[in-house]
Amino acid sequence: MGRFLIRRLLGLIVALAVASVVIFLCLEVVPGDPAAYMLGVNARPDTLAALRAELGLDGSAVQRYFDWIGGMLRGDFGISYTYRTPVSGMIVDRMWVSLPLALYALGLSVAIAFPAGIWAASRRGSAADLGVMGVTQLGVAVPNFWFAMLMVLLFAIKLRWFPSGGFAGWDEGLFAGLKSLTLPAIALALPQASILTRVMRSSLLDTLGEDYIRTARAKGVSRRRAIWAHGLRNALIPVLTIIGLQFSFLLAGAIIIENVFYLPGLGRLVFQAISSRDLIVVESVVLLLVFAVIAVNFAVDMAYGLVDPRLRGRR
Amino acid sequence: MFSKWMSRATLGALTLAATMGIASAKSTITVGMQLEPPHLDPTSAAAGAIDSVLYANVFEGLTRFGPDGSVNPGLAESWEISEDGLTYTFKLREGVKFHDGTDMNAEDVKFSLDRARAEDSVNAQKALFEGIKDIEVVDPLTVKVTLSKPNGSFLFNMAWGDAVIVAPESIDGIKEKPVGTGAFVFESWLQGDRIELAKNAEYWGEPAKLEHVTFKFISDPTAAFASVMAEDVDVFTAFPAPENLPQFEADPRFQVLVGSTEGETILSTNNKMPPFDNVKVREALAHAIDRQAIIDGAMFGYGTPIGTHFAPHNPDYVDLTGMNAYDPEKAKALLAEAGYPDGFKTTLKLPPPSYARRGGEIIAAQLAAVGIEAEITNMEWGLWLELVFSNKDYGLTIVSHTEPMDIGIYARPDYYFQYDSAEAQGLMAKLSETTDPAARSGILKEMQELIAKDYVNGYLFQLAALTVAKAGVQGLWANAPTQATDLTAVSWVD
Amino acid sequence: MKGLWLGAILVSVFVGAALLSLVWVPYDIIQMNMAQRLQGPSWPHPLGTDHYGRDMLSMIMLGARTSIAVALVAVGIGMGLGVPLGLTAAARRGGWIDEIVMRGNDLIFAFPSLLIAILITAIFGASAVNAIIAIGIFNIPVFARLVRGGALSLWTRDYILAARVAGKGRARISIEHILPNLTNLLIVQGTIQFSLGILAEAGLSYVGLGAQPPVPSWGRMLADTQTMYSIALHLALVPGLSILLTVLGLNLMGDGLRDLLDPRVRRAAR
Repeated sequence: MGRFLIRRLLGLIVALAVASVVIFLCLEVVPGDPAAYMLGVNARPDTLAALRAELGLDGSAVQRYFDWIGGMLRGDFGISYTYRTPVSGMIVDRMWVSLPLALYALGLSVAIAFPAGIWAASRRGSAADLGVMGVTQLGVAVPNFWFAMLMVLLFAIKLRWFPSGGFAGWDEGLFAGLKSLTLPAIALALPQASILTRVMRSSLLDTLGEDYIRTARAKGVSRRRAIWAHGLRNALIPVLTIIGLQFSFLLAGAIIIENVFYLPGLGRLVFQAISSRDLIVVESVVLLLVFAVIAVNFAVDMAYGLVDPRLRGRR
Repeated sequence: MFSKWMSRATLGALTLAATMGIASAKSTITVGMQLEPPHLDPTSAAAGAIDSVLYANVFEGLTRFGPDGSVNPGLAESWEISEDGLTYTFKLREGVKFHDGTDMNAEDVKFSLDRARAEDSVNAQKALFEGIKDIEVVDPLTVKVTLSKPNGSFLFNMAWGDAVIVAPESIDGIKEKPVGTGAFVFESWLQGDRIELAKNAEYWGEPAKLEHVTFKFISDPTAAFASVMAEDVDVFTAFPAPENLPQFEADPRFQVLVGSTEGETILSTNNKMPPFDNVKVREALAHAIDRQAIIDGAMFGYGTPIGTHFAPHNPDYVDLTGMNAYDPEKAKALLAEAGYPDGFKTTLKLPPPSYARRGGEIIAAQLAAVGIEAEITNMEWGLWLELVFSNKDYGLTIVSHTEPMDIGIYARPDYYFQYDSAEAQGLMAKLSETTDPAARSGILKEMQELIAKDYVNGYLFQLAALTVAKAGVQGLWANAPTQATDLTAVSWVD
Repeated sequence: MKGLWLGAILVSVFVGAALLSLVWVPYDIIQMNMAQRLQGPSWPHPLGTDHYGRDMLSMIMLGARTSIAVALVAVGIGMGLGVPLGLTAAARRGGWIDEIVMRGNDLIFAFPSLLIAILITAIFGASAVNAIIAIGIFNIPVFARLVRGGALSLWTRDYILAARVAGKGRARISIEHILPNLTNLLIVQGTIQFSLGILAEAGLSYVGLGAQPPVPSWGRMLADTQTMYSIALHLALVPGLSILLTVLGLNLMGDGLRDLLDPRVRRAAR
């Protein structure tokens, strides 16, 4: 276990280093000048030069790369060009929206997928099974931004059950906060829940087909008991992988949904930062997201290792 | 028994009072707008969003714009102009305090103007301060500004959001915590979502009627529509989706204010890039465009056609729309005359606002009808500024020039549409030295005719100021003479 | 099997519409007609008209062409680069090539795909080609991983061993013996990636990063008319349902093909 851990940790560090170089190089070639963006169309060249110097945009690329990385390692993410506030503070603020949203959506996804998947698997071939599978096919195929807009039309404008968007803030109370995240979370959760339901169902069916369960069944264990007592635990491995993937996807992939509901989340922060050429924000957030994905994958791998010792040697 | 009755009665009375209290004194308002300020210092960024939130509400200048665009006394109660037009002596108001409790005096004025015109200034409108030679503090309430040459628009310049008075004590934190002299005090900013202001109890002038103001930033037009419909906001300024206005007008819950802005929306043409260096080609463009179709299609009818780069509500405006009437046959003839009987290919690079995106699609279709193939590229502002504005790498683009009285850009040969005319430069130089109103008006009219005759750009329409509000809101500006949301006189109808 | 048929029918409707649009559409969509705008479905315009008075049926047909072309080429890129990478990695299992390919895959997977797509378009500008690249890049590791996994299990088979004993090189074996046996796997995965590509294209063009006007695309049709849904609901339903039905059709086809072609690959393909 020790060697396995070290090997994976090394891989993780190398991956992060490569990712940071890739991100930095990408942003080096992005055309556009943050100073020009801030000062607009009536700015004079000397004013622009003054602002560029103030932002620290002069200096070589190598120098700026190491400044950036060095800062990140110390937990200093730099100062946003346009907002002129520490990037770390901005990220933390946005995290208070993005993280709860991702968890909320994931929670919904799991809360729907587990019962639906188990139900479908335990009644394989029945009308219920077919119904669940049909609905999940639709869920996977719906463009979620479109679904989100239709929900706004119905639940915010027509029925006025939920706000049309925006984030109430956690100071307004847990309920107000959750209320403003509900429609976005449903929109995000729909395709994820559909995928997870399908994975849950097929994984459970696979496990139920394995010899030891057949043996148990032959010995007179009921199908229901076979599922609950033996099948579920073993069927969880692929389900866990998917949940891990979904979490990291939800954290970064909510951009479009955040735009539909004008939520001040991480995705929209990057989106706006790209258009205002606030490159330091883009760099830092993208690297952070990459780190999150790699870390989650790492955690999932470790969880495997715990569940199934045979997997430790394999990659 | 009695006491029970009694308490019930009091309770009822209390409830009644409470509800009435709310009804008669609703004193908070939520204002939606599309763009969020990047930071909160109006004197060091071009972003109009900063002024939209802070101008007149939190920050004030020596002079200030009225709802009709007139220049009125602001922190300066009065002023005297010397015979030669070179010296302005401003008399400041007494008892004006910044929100941090310090006094606003002549030193602060000197500090603000010196900071804006300094060598290392990052003021986006540095040109406003260009003619200032010296600023002298006569006494705490008197400032003398000396100009190097007469400037007929100096008082107008001082009313801009970029010329507001700031204090040296609070300048370091101004980007996050703006400290001004206005009727509202900055309270908080949840980045990406909202800014909150509270009433300034110590205000020197007529106090604000609202106790609390929230600005909410909703960039997406659909979300803007939804937020008004769902009554999440009380007011939405510069409403981005004109197609929704009829719905609001038909709904008794809302009122729609349609006014004018300073935004001349133009089909900017790269005057140095062939074939646009040929005035015949530019004239052909002017006749190939059906302005009314663009206003109908892109703005759903809101907007006034223009024939030159000047706001139609300005008294000096000359109506030149006749010079570029829609006439595709004439356009084709002009193209043939210029040597392009089969038309040509060019680029049309469009920034994000819907007037540009939709207008661009319509213009491309209209140009196609006379044989000009305009390849559309949609881009966000960052890229547009780089490619179009700085590098001049474009054929055509659409943009609304929202600065007031900006016809002077036609005297800058290095400006992005690259119009280099000695005549225009001469006229503008003459204008800046003229103080006589009648003579100024004459020069401005001459200038309008010149740029119309040279077909520098395709002049499309004056952007309308569209505001949607709850029916009970009063005191909002219908027009937008500057990018401001002056809430000092806004209140709810009882 | 019913699913496969239903899927095939849905897909052929939209592919057919896209192909037909190459030679004929009911109306010229360059012509705008403000007098006719925002009309609901009628005989002359079975799917109504949009905010410029253009025929929605014609727009949908041309939009199908954009979506299908973008998704198809993106899958092509993914296969074209991913398959050789996967084959090489499997042939040199445990070697440095294998290591690089697999680590590279992990890295690409770790990048938030939508953000990168937005970055790519910020660097190179918005266009259909850049949308293809952005979607295509993220298809490469999918195919590389799939092919590597499939190939690894084949390398242990007896007939491959026989070929090796006969003196054939690893590259030749990969092409002559391994690849043909992976065709079914690739068809199934290709269908799934195709449907994901349609969804991704819709998302990208919805945020304005896909094909530029006047070339219609479903995502942009939805975005352009968003504010008008409450006046003309067909503007939301027509493009939205087109995306939904195309993706649904492709998914049903993918599942059906998987069952049909090779029940044994079910595990690997997932």
